[in-house]
Amino acid sequence: MLHIVNKSPLERPSLDTVLQAGADGAILLIEDGVYAATRGNAVEDRLKKAMGTLKVYALGPDLDARGVADRLTEGVTVVGYDGFVDLVAEYKTNQSWL
Amino acid sequence: MTTKKFMIVNRKAPYGTVYALESLEVVLIGAAFEQDVSLAFMDDGVYQLKKGHQTKGIGMKAFEKTYGALEDYDVTKLYVDQESMAARGLTPEDLCVPVEMMPRADLGKLMEDQDVVLSF
Repeated sequence: MLHIVNKSPLERPSLDTVLQAGADGAILLIEDGVYAATRGNAVEDRLKKAMGTLKVYALGPDLDARGVADRLTEGVTVVGYDGFVDLVAEYKTNQSWL
Repeated sequence: MTTKKFMIVNRKAPYGTVYALESLEVVLIGAAFEQDVSLAFMDDGVYQLKKGHQTKGIGMKAFEKTYGALEDYDVTKLYVDQESMAARGLTPEDLCVPVEMMPRADLGKLMEDQDVVLSF
């Protein structure tokens, strides 16, 4: 399934919960959630480890707005709003970890 | 008018919530009343100062430039929490304005020193 995370990993435990619960499928990071996909963030190693079983996507416009598009963690795929829609359509279920 | 020491404590990332923008409004009001205003950035608040905000894609106004203009209002005391920067892989070179980076314990002491502390 698709897990959508919109909170910063250092402010809320949403991402960690997903990493522990989401056996496979994909994570889409949006809004403040995109900080998780930046190099040097404290969750970088945990996110990379999860990439073995989960695909990780980040929303481009949210990376740009926050000035962090140039420090994207390796292995993360950037998508636009059209890609967001495609992902929601691709997976049978999705969960927004608000 | 009595001048008081105001510290505005910013702990939220920009754009995800309206706190960062509201904080700037208060800073400018404080400066207009010629108060002794300083800003502290801790936790995700340090992201407010990350340079290179391009907000066209999310349809919101970028307020990065306002931080650069604070000097014109005699607001020059910007403090960032060293531990928060480290946890996010940031250095002062990544920020849009000159800041004083200090250990959290020192920032706490500065906070003790204020007449008014406002939290955002």
